[in-house]
Amino acid sequence: MHIIVCMKQIVDLEKIRIKPDTREPVLEGLPVKFGDFEKNALEEAVRIKEKLPDVKVTAVAIGSPKLKDTIKEALAIGADEAVILTDPAFGGSDEMGTSRTLAKVVQKLGEFDLILLGEGSTDDHTGQVPSRLAELLGLPQVTYVRELQVLEGRRIHAVRDLEDALEVVETSLPAIVSVTAEVNTPRLPPLTAILKAARKPVKTWGPGDIGVAGGEVGSGASTINVLSNLAPTQQRKEVILEGAVDDVIDKLLKALEREGVLA
Amino acid sequence: MSGILVYSDRKSVALELLTFVASLKQPAAVALLSHEAAAWADDCFAYGAGRAYTSADPALADQQPDVLAEALAQIVKQAGADVILVGSTMRGREVAGRVAQKLDAGCTTDANGLRAENGQLVATRYALGGNTISTQVVKSAQQVIAVMPQTIQAAPTGGSGEVIEARLTLSPSPVKTVERRPKEAGSVNVETADVLICVGRGVSEQKDLAMVQALADTLGGVIGCTRPVSHDKHWLSENQMIGISGKMSSPRLYVGVGLSGQIQHTVGIMGSKVTVAINSDKNAPIFKMADYGIVGDLYQVVPKLTEKLKAR
Repeated sequence: MHIIVCMKQIVDLEKIRIKPDTREPVLEGLPVKFGDFEKNALEEAVRIKEKLPDVKVTAVAIGSPKLKDTIKEALAIGADEAVILTDPAFGGSDEMGTSRTLAKVVQKLGEFDLILLGEGSTDDHTGQVPSRLAELLGLPQVTYVRELQVLEGRRIHAVRDLEDALEVVETSLPAIVSVTAEVNTPRLPPLTAILKAARKPVKTWGPGDIGVAGGEVGSGASTINVLSNLAPTQQRKEVILEGAVDDVIDKLLKALEREGVLA
Repeated sequence: MSGILVYSDRKSVALELLTFVASLKQPAAVALLSHEAAAWADDCFAYGAGRAYTSADPALADQQPDVLAEALAQIVKQAGADVILVGSTMRGREVAGRVAQKLDAGCTTDANGLRAENGQLVATRYALGGNTISTQVVKSAQQVIAVMPQTIQAAPTGGSGEVIEARLTLSPSPVKTVERRPKEAGSVNVETADVLICVGRGVSEQKDLAMVQALADTLGGVIGCTRPVSHDKHWLSENQMIGISGKMSSPRLYVGVGLSGQIQHTVGIMGSKVTVAINSDKNAPIFKMADYGIVGDLYQVVPKLTEKLKAR
């Protein structure tokens, strides 16, 4: 069985600073990592590998050249090999460009049974890539999966987590599955696994390797025009009340009465 | 814009989107893609739809997103639509991505604002994990915009329309639903709460929630929480989680109790009228989001606050 896990390298969102004058985010020089949901997808692939015989896990990741380092985490968690896409030609792709790129990589990888992704990326969370990839590859798809089982006879059984209900579904392989944070708790790889990861094969593929033309991916092909991307304005009073508990609560109640928010 | 088609698996959201189209003075069509939805036609006309496309195709019975997307793509063609507005529910978001790919169209999902400007539709959505708001225009010939529930205030315009049986050629989905387990609705609706008390990891034991509930009861409010409380500790229902991957709420009064105020949580309460934070760490980011902050031990502050509120 061959499982492909698609992963996105993102900046550490907790380290983003906002320029106070323009409200622009400062993204330069930030540490990078894999998104949270992608780690759930990878962990799920590795758990299947530990349960069933003859399972190979390939991690496919898109990001900046720093991915050469970041990918080691995926290999340490348990991917057998990796393909990384760091060519600047892929940069600035919209969801259509990213999905086209992933579809071409998957086709070049050949036979596979399952493609796993996160329900959305941790940074922009549009959730489009699994759906677009399913369309491009013409595969059955199950989204928002919080429980996954591989059945006999190349089938899967999955529990989809929707707003008001859990849907238990089954479909045949090959298929595309995107997972939620509840599907598992990703492991922290032990030191021995981290050392071993350095010896696992990593291929770097550019647009020419997968047969995508320049105009098909990247910022030039994007269908989204971002007019601005700024921190929201929050005008809060930031009145900090300190002192004896009785006093601060009295002050708070007076303030809330003035605001007219106490019934 | 030559034609706008609206689709949502939730009636309230379909009516919200139709209200938006009516405000543009544009003709609207709506796709009603379930047996249940076919009965919404008259309401859709009252909210501005001129045409309602329905189908009794058995392939739609299971409401699988791949079949819904194929049906929608075929209706887009029949209706001559170049703008497809979808309700950004979970099923809707999946349908949006699929239909966009079928049309070779750009798509934005989870829009929390939508307006027309210079003949273009401008959508806003959270980006960078809630750190920023991205303002976007989809520039492909056809465009798909998935809009969050309650982004637009629905208002009837009156009017009538025509029900059209869509001519669809559909195959059943390769995905089969074998069971549907409705989630416990619970009595707590954090989205419409007037007063919302949110708890975080600062509450050390589940039994301590009773103390916070007493405060909520006194204020006539409900309890919400940050992700660890619902999804890791399972002390509260996942429907009570506030933030980017949970519910959004715009209460009159928000009180954050023992939570640090990570952006992933606070994006969910941006629309609050007045915010209060109670936290022992005076450097917690929640104080930047607070109109009034109390630096102190929640185990002292919360019971005392409840007591004094009762004595008012």
